[in-house]
Amino acid sequence: MTKQPDHISKKQFMEELQRYRKGSVTRRHFLNVTGLGAASAVLGAAVPGLRPRPAFAAGEIGDRVVLATWPNYHDPENFDAFTEATGAHVQVNVFGSNEEMLAKLQAGATGWDVFVPTNYTITTYVGEDLIEPLDTALLPNYDPNAYDPRFAEAGSVDGKLYAVPKDWGTTGFVVNTDHTGGKTLDSWKGFFDITRDTFSGRTMVHDYQLTTIGNALKYFDYSFNSVDPAELADAEKLLIECKPHLFAISSDYQPSMRNGDAWMSMAWTGDGKQLNADIPAIIYVLGKEGGEIWSDYYAVPKGAPHRAAAYALINFLLDPKVNAKEVLAHGYPSADAHTNALLPESLLNDPILYPAQELLSPLEFGAAVTLTDPNRAELMARFKSA
Amino acid sequence: MTQRTRNLLLLAPAGAWFLLMLIVPLSVVFIFSFGERGPAGGYVPALTLEQYANLPARWAAFRNTMILAPTGTLAALLIAYPLAYFLAVKVSAKWKMTLLVLVIVPFWTSILIRSYAWIFLLGGRGIPALLDWIGIEGVRLINTPFSVLVGIVYGYLPLMVFPIFVSLDRLDKRLLEASSDLGARPWRTFLQVTLPLSIPGIATGCMLVFILLMGEYLIPALLGGGKVFFVGNALVDLFLQSRNWAFGSAVAVTLVVVMLITVTIYMRFISRVGGTRDDVALM
Repeated sequence: MTKQPDHISKKQFMEELQRYRKGSVTRRHFLNVTGLGAASAVLGAAVPGLRPRPAFAAGEIGDRVVLATWPNYHDPENFDAFTEATGAHVQVNVFGSNEEMLAKLQAGATGWDVFVPTNYTITTYVGEDLIEPLDTALLPNYDPNAYDPRFAEAGSVDGKLYAVPKDWGTTGFVVNTDHTGGKTLDSWKGFFDITRDTFSGRTMVHDYQLTTIGNALKYFDYSFNSVDPAELADAEKLLIECKPHLFAISSDYQPSMRNGDAWMSMAWTGDGKQLNADIPAIIYVLGKEGGEIWSDYYAVPKGAPHRAAAYALINFLLDPKVNAKEVLAHGYPSADAHTNALLPESLLNDPILYPAQELLSPLEFGAAVTLTDPNRAELMARFKSA
Repeated sequence: MTQRTRNLLLLAPAGAWFLLMLIVPLSVVFIFSFGERGPAGGYVPALTLEQYANLPARWAAFRNTMILAPTGTLAALLIAYPLAYFLAVKVSAKWKMTLLVLVIVPFWTSILIRSYAWIFLLGGRGIPALLDWIGIEGVRLINTPFSVLVGIVYGYLPLMVFPIFVSLDRLDKRLLEASSDLGARPWRTFLQVTLPLSIPGIATGCMLVFILLMGEYLIPALLGGGKVFFVGNALVDLFLQSRNWAFGSAVAVTLVVVMLITVTIYMRFISRVGGTRDDVALM
């Protein structure tokens, strides 16, 4: 840990500011005693994009900001830089599913300032009056023209902007090719068939109805978003047949894939990228029948206790330089052209992040009804308790 | 201040606590259980028995709980009793305290952390790798009902050891001498003197472990890999995943009722076994 300049109180700060204005102390003295010198130095290094604007004075946006997000989804160094720049500490709450986030917000009083909803949840949040329309004046780094509209349009409901794009990705599966015996797996049919065969006891599916049921539906070439009772019944039969052959029903699949207990798991892009980077035998596969494509957003819940800090954090994370570091850490592609311009060529050509067009075309965005359909929730419960 | 007002004042904190932390939440759950799920989840007020009619949809969760909770309690008892006996009867006073502290030491860390340690121990690189090395191949432990049972016994063992230890520690040693003087062999002394006298401890320990196990969800979620589904897991999913608060409340109310019935039957049984004793401690 490097030694930080001691904090000074608001009152002392104003006194020093008066002295500096009157000319009784030098600029260097002022910057030193207020800690702004160090802050602007770090800020300058980390986010040159912010340089032309005045840095936040310590305490201006409060001392903290609470972020509700997903696992392995940020570069912690960016949070440190944000704290250095603004004095606001980033408190991170990690969640396992959109349902869980929605449940917490519905119950009220979450204390969150920023959260990371997925495309198909936003209309529900708007309908339930749980998020606020974003004030773009507070987000100078947000450039609507820089985004691929496919990954930005779900952020607006009835022409109002509620959420700005974070990154996007796909839902496929990871498989450890050391165990496939040279067989190529390229479909959800292959995924569920090998699970009941040589991979018995080695496969994981998400503890998440949207993806687990959706991918089981793809086995039969039904829509990922189907709520048709007959199609759901087929998916249920398949899942229950597979259950004795599963290693686990869990969305935390990285540890088991890494230690070799699991050989295959449903997975999201970034986890696929992280696993493949560390263990090349583990590859990321998109089912050729299709599956899910999604995009995540930053949004501010109604009644955010540190609203100013919320906007400051979103704006900070949208800065292309910061966002590029985020992408390098989490391994999900960004929809922002400014960010992509800063990323290495090899990453932009990475087949895990940017799959071939013929694999992308059949993918579907999740629908709001897929998330809230009570029959899918009950199906998941029957599958888990079977 | 009269004796009466003084008593009331002294009871006020406990009374307020009882009201706010028990009666009010339970009433809310009870009222919610007659409601309906909103279109996007949550709770919509209603007066319907629909949620209770839906209960068979969670039958499997109740069945799993009703199998694993008594099994876990029994397994904990079988392991805890000899340990408690050893600590209370065999160990010298000098070592007793140290060993007792060692029994509680695991409680100093969160059960979450300890369960993660078990994930490693029971996972492919833990005990199965060791068995593999000595020639027993293909053993899978993690994410099975067995691993959940191991986690349960491990997590709740101290709760079983302590009440039994206390009842054995207080045991009048002269009774054992009398039994032996009257010609009883040690095994018979144990069955006819020690065991009956330690029933209050056994009853308390079993009760504590059983009640907590009925609501358990962390250990099955972590060591069962999401495949071992207890009522606790059903409740978490109902409130946090499908957001069906009304049905979740009905399941919670049913769990409370099932527990009350089971515990009542259990108490009847214990008091019959223990005779008409008033020292069968509840807690």
